[in-house]
Amino acid sequence: MPGRTPESRPEATPAASQPQTKPAVKPSDVIVKEKVEVVQKEEKPVADKITIGELHLSGCTGCLVTLADNYEGLFKLLDDYADLVYALTLVDVRHVPEMDVCLVEGSCCLDDKLSVEELKEAREKSKVLVAYGACAAYGNITRFCRGGQWNQPGHEAFVPISEVVDVDLYIPSCPPCPQQVRNVAVMAYLLLKGNDEQKNLATAYLTPLMQLAQRGNEACGCDLMYDVINQGLCMGCGTCAGTCPVRAITMEYGKPNVNRDLCIKCGACYSQCPRSWFNFDVMNNYEGIMDAIKGAME
Amino acid sequence: MDVLGNYKSVISARSTDKDITKKSQDGGIITTLFAYALEEGIIDGAIVAGPSEEPWKPEPVVVTTKAELLAAAGTRYTISPNLNLIKEATRSYGLDRVGIVGTPCQMQAVRKAQLYPIGMRDVDDKIALALGIFCMENLSYQALEAIVEDHCNQKMESVKKMDIGKGKFTVYTERGAVSQMPLKLIHKYVQPGCNVCLDYVANLADISSGSVGSPDGWSTVFVRSMKGNAVWEGAMAADLFETKAMDQVKPGLDLVTKLATEKITKNQKNVDARKTFGLKADGTAKGLRNPYETP
Ligand SMILES: Cc1cc2nc3c(=O)[nH]c(=O)nc-3n(C[C@H](O)[C@H](O)[C@H](O)COP(=O)(O)OP(=O)(O)OC[C@H]3O[C@@H](n4cnc5c(N)ncnc54)[C@H](O)[C@@H]3O)c2cc1C
Ligand code: SF4
Ligand code: SF4
Ligand code: SF4
Repeated sequence: MPGRTPESRPEATPAASQPQTKPAVKPSDVIVKEKVEVVQKEEKPVADKITIGELHLSGCTGCLVTLADNYEGLFKLLDDYADLVYALTLVDVRHVPEMDVCLVEGSCCLDDKLSVEELKEAREKSKVLVAYGACAAYGNITRFCRGGQWNQPGHEAFVPISEVVDVDLYIPSCPPCPQQVRNVAVMAYLLLKGNDEQKNLATAYLTPLMQLAQRGNEACGCDLMYDVINQGLCMGCGTCAGTCPVRAITMEYGKPNVNRDLCIKCGACYSQCPRSWFNFDVMNNYEGIMDAIKGAME
Repeated sequence: MDVLGNYKSVISARSTDKDITKKSQDGGIITTLFAYALEEGIIDGAIVAGPSEEPWKPEPVVVTTKAELLAAAGTRYTISPNLNLIKEATRSYGLDRVGIVGTPCQMQAVRKAQLYPIGMRDVDDKIALALGIFCMENLSYQALEAIVEDHCNQKMESVKKMDIGKGKFTVYTERGAVSQMPLKLIHKYVQPGCNVCLDYVANLADISSGSVGSPDGWSTVFVRSMKGNAVWEGAMAADLFETKAMDQVKPGLDLVTKLATEKITKNQKNVDARKTFGLKADGTAKGLRNPYETP
């Protein structure tokens, strides 16, 4: 049996027999070449793409699936704006390559040497390191780990990635939302490849998500109490309750009430709350920005 | 930024549908627009402040019929957390085109959910019509009870209508009694979050409306976005509103501008005062959190 496979499927071998970094990039190289021709025919300026990778640590792959949940939007992103240079199952590259944006999924297990090494390597090799999803940003469900689980009972210590490396930007929630990672990808493209006006827009857009990364790596529904209600800022809109992926929040007489036993510490409620941050410079422009993103995806 | 936000046109209007104006707070703008949008398939349903078991306590609901819209018409001067249902409307209710009504802060929440859909999966392109209502301040349910029962001396369940206007909070009962209290006295009951609110006329809505600026029974309407404009023009073509130019009505747009400026100036001062709220050991100021600067 083992001997038969390579004979019947000879095409499957090149990836293994060639140097490891190149071949996987090839399919997308082809796409780029085709795209360039099309773009030139339309006489639009040919812009370079940025490179994006996904480093998978202690996460459930829900974040990666979320990226794919953009469906045709993902193809559009990969056609026009970004080359995916590293990602579990989607790209056949074994070692962390150089990249513009690295999305890190999962928390970091301190007991797993490889995770720590790869995370540090990703930091070294990427311009923008993103905590993609709640486990990377806040630990999320892995905060509750105390070891003893199969098949790695010795893996016990899990931390948000910012305990190990500096993180530039947070995309909270469990799972994160396809539209949020899409928006970040488009904005990262504008930031790195756009004209001055586009750079300014992208900077303004990305700033609060970068500030979230500075704010810290502990999240809980309690943040609504500590940083919104206790601060005299809550106005009862209900966004937090509508956001929570595990329905841990109910609205009681116009204010959120958090069932703290249900909370998985994903950080979605607080970051989605319009009173955690609200940047008028971006929001007042919502129509133009949404049209621009929609246009970019068509 | 202008205190009235971006808008394409501002008009004084009143619904031509008597079933609606019988129940609506002012010109019936919100209920009429949603009824029209439902009929035309512009929305599949709308999130409004529906009735609940307690008198005058709103409960956010997803409605799909005009009858349900009518049951939710009129203003409840207490919090209705309408955003609670925004993801649910697209999930459990399966709506592809959602309408939502809300105060200016709720319109801000809608736009944040669309531009930064952090925990709002598949919501951003499903908001088909966001209607804003003007708002000076809001009250907890217990505060509203205190105002109606202690200050105005009426039972919550006997009240037919509540209204704010001409410097007074007015309560009309089923049996025809009218009780009033000066708005000034309400201030201590206002929920704290309203004291940092920098929007009066729902600048981020597709269309926003309130009574201020127009005669009794009429509404002032700002048509703001492209979407809002299309819906408004459709409703006008269907003769759903009688209208008057804003400069033909009293008290007119000047009053709207005046109140918006007063609210925003006062609340901007409150926001600024938070920066120097406390005291550090070295004698310098210690600040509270500012949501308009950082998370
Ligand atoms: C707290 C509050 C303060 C307000 N302050 C002002 C003001 O200072 N100046 C001014 O001109 N107008 C103010 N309004 C708006 C005004 O009272 C009317 O709601 C508005 O003019 C719409 O009237 P309408 O006849 O067009 O709407 P209607 O057809 O009566 O429909 C009103 C819609 O609003 C919804 N609704 C009712 N209560 C709430 C609530 N608490 N939260 C969210 N949605 C709700 C209803 O479900 C309904 O769908 C305020 C409203 C509220 C809720
Ligand atoms: S309350 Fe819900 S949304 Fe908030 S952190 Fe906990 S799980 Fe996440
Ligand atoms: S999202 Fe923020 S402002 Fe809105 S109800 Fe929740 S805590 Fe309050
Ligand atoms: S005053 Fe502002 S914060 Fe308060 S309910 Fe009205 S719109 Fe919301």
